[in-house]
Parts: sequence; structure tokens; C-alpha cells
Amino acid sequence: MTVISVPGSATDTVVPTTRRRRKHNVLLIVGLTLFGLLVLAAILAPVLASHDPIQQDLANARLAPGSPGHLLGTDELGRDIYSRLLYGARIDLRVGVLAVVSPFIIGTVLGLVSGWFGGWLDTVIMRIVDVVVAFPFFVLVIALVFALGAGTGSIYVAITMVGWVAYCRIVRGEVLVAKEQEYALAARASGLPTWRILFRHLLPNVVLQAVIYSMSDIVLTILAIVTLGYLGLGVPPPTPDWGSMIQDGQQFLLTQWYLATIPGIAVVITGLALALIADGLVDRFDRR
Amino acid sequence: MNYLAFVVRRLISLIPVLFGISLLVFFMIHLVPGDPAVTLLGSHATTSAVAELHKQLGLDHPIWRQYLTFLNHLLHGNLGESYQYKSSVTSLISQNLLPTVWLIVAGVILAVLISVPLAVWAASRRNRLADSAIRTIPLVGLGMPAFWLGIMLILLLSLKAGAFPASGFGTGTLNHVRSIILPGLTVALALVPILVRSLRASLINVLQSDYIVTARSKGLGVPRVVLGHALRNAAISSVTVLGVNIAYLIGSTLVVEKVFALNGVGFLMITAIFNRDFPIVQGVTLLFAIMVVAVNLLTDISHAALDPRVRLS
Repeated sequence: MTVISVPGSATDTVVPTTRRRRKHNVLLIVGLTLFGLLVLAAILAPVLASHDPIQQDLANARLAPGSPGHLLGTDELGRDIYSRLLYGARIDLRVGVLAVVSPFIIGTVLGLVSGWFGGWLDTVIMRIVDVVVAFPFFVLVIALVFALGAGTGSIYVAITMVGWVAYCRIVRGEVLVAKEQEYALAARASGLPTWRILFRHLLPNVVLQAVIYSMSDIVLTILAIVTLGYLGLGVPPPTPDWGSMIQDGQQFLLTQWYLATIPGIAVVITGLALALIADGLVDRFDRR
Repeated sequence: MNYLAFVVRRLISLIPVLFGISLLVFFMIHLVPGDPAVTLLGSHATTSAVAELHKQLGLDHPIWRQYLTFLNHLLHGNLGESYQYKSSVTSLISQNLLPTVWLIVAGVILAVLISVPLAVWAASRRNRLADSAIRTIPLVGLGMPAFWLGIMLILLLSLKAGAFPASGFGTGTLNHVRSIILPGLTVALALVPILVRSLRASLINVLQSDYIVTARSKGLGVPRVVLGHALRNAAISSVTVLGVNIAYLIGSTLVVEKVFALNGVGFLMITAIFNRDFPIVQGVTLLFAIMVVAVNLLTDISHAALDPRVRLS
């Protein structure tokens, strides 16, 4: 197997690295495959679903998994759980992935600026970061969504307001190290405009950690969305969402335990896929 | 720098953070464009209710004056009055604080009792089977919603096994203990993946240091070295790891209290959300932030007391 030469990895000993990389490429591939399948299931929900996810059928309510025509059974209103799960993935995965885009961009830009310029700008940005991290993540997101009004639009805004701080801290830390390195000093000495140094020279070198973090951030965001759905602050009913499915199922825990259990397993599998991708990325690209 | 100077400097650094927290909490109602009174009461509110709220919140004054009034009330421990209960938010919070404190304490104790042995086991048998098994915990556990974990624990340990009550806080200390175990276990298990990962890394770091190599080369066995030498030194970084992650634990109590119908401040806030009772939501959010700030402060000063090197940086 040929080892792709990564700049800066010349000091690594070749044999153990190769073995390690190969092993963790497996993790990365498994994670990407699993996540790909989940995304595919969400996109193809209209094709894969056996029933309309919001169609009620009270005569066939609370059927057990494996009932004829209902792979995973039906809920208290006779709606097909398998179909609701697929349509729930559409909401939860889409919002989970899209919601981290703006925190990623805002946090990365502020982290670049804060780390590069330092001074009062850095002080102001870091004080704001201190304030936001003083709130427990879920508490602030829930309070903000409440203030903004339930729904996906509010979720995007709330996650953005809270989520950018992690990217800002990560990128700022990377910039503080990178700006003392020779390529950055050289770019500075050659008189390039600052924006060009930041975005063409520094960004590609510092963005990796932010990308790795974004995988666990998607997991955290999906947890937040599902929690909001559980509390009735997510997507308004009857649109299926994994969190509201768990909430609906909780009251039938004694008799139909699977109603609350199945959507939770879907969340755990999604988290596992993304955690595998994150670990795979760390071992593939992280040179430390 | 001496210890006292460190503590004083750390206390002064709290001022801008507390100021920022009060600003954020104050501006929460102004996030939605338009009349905050209408936002708070919903679009079906009567004109007279809106007018009354305007008067109560002083919404007719300029915004900076509203903030100063809010800050002045805050400094006197006045968090406003609940719309639904018609009593002060401060007294509602203090009535509901006890179960939350129990839950946080139980969560921390259980999280430490579960995480430390697992981390020690993994670190002392690095890259062996036990280590690989323990390292999968974060992969599965980080994507597990705390409220779902709680429901699963109710299903398995309460409804099936009948070992613990499924909800409420009970009366009397003994019933409090019995009632707090399942919710405590839930918030603990939500934190365990993060804790095991960080503790394992810091233990491995300690196990590679010179004094451990010396102890090993003197002929001491692995258990003795880990328990007698490494753990004591890893404990310092563990305190920090725990302190950093306590915000996560405190945050998860909010929804876990709802799952177990535990009448703490988190439950109070969730109920207030359903009733659109904004002052309670605002007050509890503020309280959660202050708890986190206080824990971080305690972590830093105890860290500095345990490890003199910290005071220099």
C-alpha cells in the first residue's frame, strides 16, 4: 500500500502509521457508509415508506412490530412507525446538518480574526464567548427557541447564536499557533493583503480541527432538535420528528414499550455514524 | 503569584461575564421583532392584557432604562413575578431548588463512581480488549438523548424490575434517595462517555511520566502503581475535567426532571414554557448560568490550591 505523503508528516515512522491509518480508514468508511445510508433513507422516504406518515387509522392503532403491512408497528393513532421514522429522518437530519453551517462559518471567521489581530478585538470576542459558554447548551437553546417561538426557523437561529463559540475557540487556538509559523511569516513579509493571508494561507491550515469538531456538533445539534421535539418546541405536529415520536410513545411505556424505544435507537445510530466519521477523520488527517 | 492574588484576580474576571449574562437574559424577549408584550402573551392576547404587561415591564421606557431597571431588580434578588402563579419568581425558584440540587449531586457522585473505575481499567490495560471495549462507550453514548435514556431506565428498572419509583421526589429523606437514583443515573450516564474519554487520556498521560517509570522499575506491580501513584496525580486533572463538563450535566437535568416529573427548577422552567410564563423561563435560565459560573470558579480555585503551577499562568 502506498502511503500518501502528507506535508509535515515526514517524521512519522512509516510502518505503524500505515497500519494505524488503514485500520482507521475502516472506521471512516464504516461511518460514512452508515451515514450515507441514513441520508439516502431520508431522501428516498417517499419511495421507501409503506404508508403516509400522517395518515391516521384508529382501527389499527398500537399494532406490535412485525404486524402484517406494518414493519415496525403503528402508534396510538394508527400511523405507521416505519414510515414516520423515515420522514422523521428527513426533518432531523436536514435540520441537524444545516443548522451547523452558519455557526461553522461565523465561528471560523471570528476565530480567524480574533487570533490574527489580537488586541481589543480579541478581548471583546473572547468576553462574548465567555458569556455564551456560561449557559448550559441545552438550557440556552431551549430558552431561545421558546423566546423565538417553536419551529425550525427558531432552531436555526438559536443553534447559530449558541453554536459559533466552539468553532471560534478552536480556530482561534489554531491561528495563535499557525501565525508564528514560517509560511505565515513569509506571507506577511511578502506584503500580501491581510484578507488574502487569512483566507488563502491560514484558513486551509486551521480549518481541519473545526471540520472534525463539526461532526460531533451535528450529533449535539440533532440531540438538541430531538429534545426540543420531545418538549413540544420542535417541528409542529403532525409532521413526524424522532423527538415528538418518543414523547408520544412515553405514555404507553407499560404496554407498548417499542413506541418510545425505536425512535431513540434511530438517534443513537445516527450519533454512532457521525462519531465514527469524526474518529476516522482524526486518525486520517490529524498530525498530532 | 500567591494564592490570594490568584483568587482575587479570578473573582474580578467574573464581573464582565456576569454583566454579559444579565444582558443576554434581558434581551431574550427582544429577539423577536415587534412588541415584546405581544410576543410574550401570544397573538391571541387581549389589548388590556398587553397594556398591563407594558406597564408591568416598563416597555414604554427607552430600552437602556428598561435594562437598568432589570439590573437593579436583579441585584436586589427580584426576578419579576410569574404570570401564572402570581408570586415572585425568586420564591418559586427557592421552593423548587432542593430536588435539582439533589439531582446534580447524585449525578456527579454516580458519574464519578462509574467513570473513574472504567477509565483506570482502560488506561492500565491500554490497547487490550478491555480498553477497546471501553473506548466504544463514547461512540455509542454521545449520540444518546438524555431524556430517552431516562425513559429506557424507567422501562427497565422501574416498570419491569420495580426497583425504583418512576417519577416524583417522594417525601422524607429515604424516599428522596430512592427517587433520585434513576434520574441521577440518567444525568450521570449522559456524562460518562465524555468523562471516560478525558480521564482515560489524562491517566495515560500520567502513566507515561518519569516517576511512574521509576516506580515500575523498582518492581512495583501495575495495580499498586496505578492506584497508589498515578490516580493521585491524575485526580487533579480529573477535577478540571469534571468542572468543565459540569455545565453539560447541569443542562441535562432540565429535560431529565421533565422525564421523571421531578419538581425541580428545570421542571418549573419546562412547565413555564408550556404556560408561556416568561419571567420563570428567564429566571431559571439565569440561575443555570450562575450555577455554571459558580462551579467553574470553584474548580479553578481548588485546582490552583492543589496544583501551584496553575497560579503562574
